[in-house]
Amino acid sequence: MATNFQDFLSKIKERIPEVDPQEVQDILQSDEPSAVVVDVREQQEWDESHIPGAVHVPRGYLEQRILNTIPDRDSRVILYCQSGNRSAIAAKTLIDELGYMHVENMTGGITLWKQRQLPITIPFQFSDAQRIRYSRHMLLPEVGPGGQQRLLESKVLMLGAGGLGAPVGLYLAAAGVGTLGIVDDDVVDASNLQRQVIHDTERIGVPKVESAKQTIQKLNPDVDVITYPTRINADNIMEIIKDYDVVVDGVDNFPTRYLLNDASVRLGIPVVSASILAFDGQLTVFKPFDGPCYRCLYPVPPPPELAPSCGENGVLGVLPGTMGLLQATEVIKLLLGIGEPLIGRLMLYDALAEEFTNLNIRRDPECPICSREPGSISDDEMGKFPDYEAFCTGVTV
Amino acid sequence: MAVVKIPPVLRSATGGDKEVSADGNTVGDVLRSVAENHPDTERQLFGPDGGLNRYVNVYLNDEDVRVLEGLDTAVEDADTVMILPAMAGGAA
Repeated sequence: MATNFQDFLSKIKERIPEVDPQEVQDILQSDEPSAVVVDVREQQEWDESHIPGAVHVPRGYLEQRILNTIPDRDSRVILYCQSGNRSAIAAKTLIDELGYMHVENMTGGITLWKQRQLPITIPFQFSDAQRIRYSRHMLLPEVGPGGQQRLLESKVLMLGAGGLGAPVGLYLAAAGVGTLGIVDDDVVDASNLQRQVIHDTERIGVPKVESAKQTIQKLNPDVDVITYPTRINADNIMEIIKDYDVVVDGVDNFPTRYLLNDASVRLGIPVVSASILAFDGQLTVFKPFDGPCYRCLYPVPPPPELAPSCGENGVLGVLPGTMGLLQATEVIKLLLGIGEPLIGRLMLYDALAEEFTNLNIRRDPECPICSREPGSISDDEMGKFPDYEAFCTGVTV
Repeated sequence: MAVVKIPPVLRSATGGDKEVSADGNTVGDVLRSVAENHPDTERQLFGPDGGLNRYVNVYLNDEDVRVLEGLDTAVEDADTVMILPAMAGGAA
């Protein structure tokens, strides 16, 4: 029995092999690290700074969580804390109580690490207001602070601030997606307000990108809104979409649909695509190379005279709400890397029947675009197919 | 009799019907039966050579018939055939 804490600690430390911080750094920097480095400090200490590449298992949760983090008890495990004392005690627990065979303690903890000027990670700092605003996300293990940080650092481009763009913009903004780009060259019209809930009566005549920006900024000042009061075309598409993580597509004409497909495949950007007509909607995620692209599905568009009209069609006002929210859900799943995104599946929604149908859609091994090296897709061939520009002129994206 | 689901863009050709019944032992026979009963669908479905237009996808239950046996894919009575032309509709 130890007579005091120092005695207790030194008896433990005698038994636990120590590793120098420099050796830990060398291990973490190797291509296949030979050990798992575990920070056993409290959450708040981890949040202030930690060693890049380490995993966090607070000592209070060690017994509960370590087997999930490191299932193989033969693994080499290196623990650290602030100065090396708590991690020594944690190491004893791993060896004596949990049967880990190769546990070591990093000398001097993160204090010595910092003195040696080895690299540290300073995690994202949420403001108090953000902790409250996003608390319901933080409570979800699938999102948590890390996921919320990822959302805040994400950039999503919306093609259109219309029926689909309205709910997508509102909910992605509310979720804290940090940058929302909006492409639309139209102005708010009274006939839009039956469904385009991001605009309002006072903004009739205002450019849709400006109206959407105002609404989003009132909802969530964390969101940076970048407006593009233009139409997507072959000259601007690469420049506009290149820095975005996900593109949300409500494009309503074939020339732009193919152009967006080819550019997004070339850049490797996933596109969450929806379309609506009357009481019916379609939704899928085109994630380049993980699933089919639009050209795999439809290598050629229908001839103009047989194509669905690009002109005015009736639509149930709530339908773009339903479909837009499903789009927003897929965007968040992609950004967070959670769940099963709608890749390789096409979802059909029939509002009148209240019926959802999923169809399997597959990559075409001979797809003229996504079967190739993305770098080989040239500017000249993007979006090209037999002369189609004449059709659908005057239709905005 | 298989059930054939008609997409919104083709419903004007079926008098507004969302699904129609059609005879046939293969996907091709079923679609030709649809075209006979609803002549306005024919140009949407079939090209001049009698083959299925490339901008129309057809699914048997939830599977694309192109990964099955195309128009020769066998159809049972309980099966659902879904017609899905290319759609670029609707930011609305």
